[in-house]
Amino acid sequence: MAIESTASAGTSCIGPDGGAVGMPQLCTDWYANQIFWLVITLVVVYVLMSRIALPRIASVIQERHDAIQNDLEQAEMLRTRAFQAEEDYKKALAEARAEANTIVAETRSEIARDIKIAAARADAEIASKAAESEVAIKAIRDNALEAVRDVSAETAEAVVNKIMPGLDTKGVQAAIDARMKV
Amino acid sequence: MTPEREQKMATEEGGGLNIHPMDQFIVKIPSWLGGGNVGTFSITNVTVWMGLAVVAIILLMIVGPHGRATVPTRAQSIAEVIYSFIYKMVEDIAGKEGLKYLPYIFTLFIFIVTSNILGLIPGSFTTTSHIAVTAVMAMSVFIAVTVVGFVKNGARFLNLFWISSAPPALRPVLALIEIISYFVRPVSHSIRLAGNMMAGHAVIKVFAGFAVVTLIAPASVLAITAIYALEMLVVVIQAYVFTILTCVYLNDALHPHH
Repeated sequence: MAIESTASAGTSCIGPDGGAVGMPQLCTDWYANQIFWLVITLVVVYVLMSRIALPRIASVIQERHDAIQNDLEQAEMLRTRAFQAEEDYKKALAEARAEANTIVAETRSEIARDIKIAAARADAEIASKAAESEVAIKAIRDNALEAVRDVSAETAEAVVNKIMPGLDTKGVQAAIDARMKV
Repeated sequence: MTPEREQKMATEEGGGLNIHPMDQFIVKIPSWLGGGNVGTFSITNVTVWMGLAVVAIILLMIVGPHGRATVPTRAQSIAEVIYSFIYKMVEDIAGKEGLKYLPYIFTLFIFIVTSNILGLIPGSFTTTSHIAVTAVMAMSVFIAVTVVGFVKNGARFLNLFWISSAPPALRPVLALIEIISYFVRPVSHSIRLAGNMMAGHAVIKVFAGFAVVTLIAPASVLAITAIYALEMLVVVIQAYVFTILTCVYLNDALHPHH
C-alpha cells in the first residue's frame, strides 16, 4: 500500500505517508482524469437514456394510459348501450301496452256492434214471427168463429127441429149471424 | 463533546488515534490495476465507480423495465416512478418546451443520484464529492442554458437581467445584481453538491476514527449510524436539488420574462 502511494505520489497532493495533503478536491493534478471519465460517462448515460431507456419507459406509460383510456371509453360506451337498451325496452313495453289497449277497445266495439246487429236481427225476426203468428191466430180465430157459427147453426137447427119439426130454419141462420156480430 | 475531545487528545498522545477523513477522496489507480501515476487517461477509482454507476443505471433503467408490462413489475415501476418524477419536474418548472431537454436533465439526475448512492457503500469512492465533477456538470448546464436562452429569445434573453417591474431608477442596480447572481449560479450549483457529499463522508470518517477508542466507541458507532441515515436522505435530496435548479435555469432561458 505504501509503495503504491509513493508510486502515485508524482503529485504534491499526496503526502509521504500516502495520506491526502489538504483537500483532494482541490488537487488540480487529477482534474483532467476526472473530467475525461466524467464526459465519457455522461455521454454513455445520455445515449443509453435518450436512445433506449426513456423512449421505452415513455411508450410503456403511454400504452398503459391508452389502455386505461380505452377501457374507460369502452365502459362508457357499454353503459350508454345498456341505457339505450333499457330505454328501448321501456319504449317497446309502452308500445305493446298501447297496442293491447287499442286491440281491447277495438274488440270491445266490435263485439258491441255485433251484439247490436244480432239484437236488431233478432228483433226483426221476432217482429216477423209475431206478425206471422198474429196472422195465424187471426186465421185460427176466424176459423173458430166460422166453426162456432156452423156448429151453433146446426145445433140450433137440430134443437128447433126437435122442438118444432117442420119449422123453417132459414131464420135461425140469420138470427145466429145477428147474435154473433154483437 | 468535551470529554470526547479530551479522550481524543489522550489517545493521540498515546499514538492510537489516526483520523484521515480526506484520504477517501484521493484519486488513484487501484492496486489491482497496477497503481502508478494518475494521468489524464488512466483507469482510476473515478473510472471504476463511474463505470459501476453506468452499470447500475443500465440495470435500473434498461434491464428493469425490459418487460414493458402494462401491469409493471417491481423493477419496472421503480424505473417508471423515477421517469415520471423527472418528467413532471421538468414539465412543472420549465413548461412543455422544457420537455425537449428531458434526456439531458434525466441523464444528470440519474448519474448524480446513482453516484451518490454508490458513494454510500463503505469503502467506495464518491465521484460526485469532487468539485471537478460537479463543476463540469454545472458548467455544462450553465453554458447550455445560456446558449438556449440566446437561441430561443435572441437579445430578449437579456430581459432576464432588466427587471421591468422594478422602479426605473433601481433597474441598473438590479441588473448588476442579476448579472452577478447569474454568473455565480454554476459555482453555487456545483459546490452545493460536492460540498454536501464531501462533508457527509468526511464526518462519517471522523466518527469512524473515534470508534477505535473503546470508551467512546458506542457513541461513535451510534453517531455513524445516525449520520449515515441522514446521508441517505442528503444524497437523494442533493441530486434532486441539482436537477430542480437545472430546470429553474432552463425555465429562465425559455421564458426570460420576470
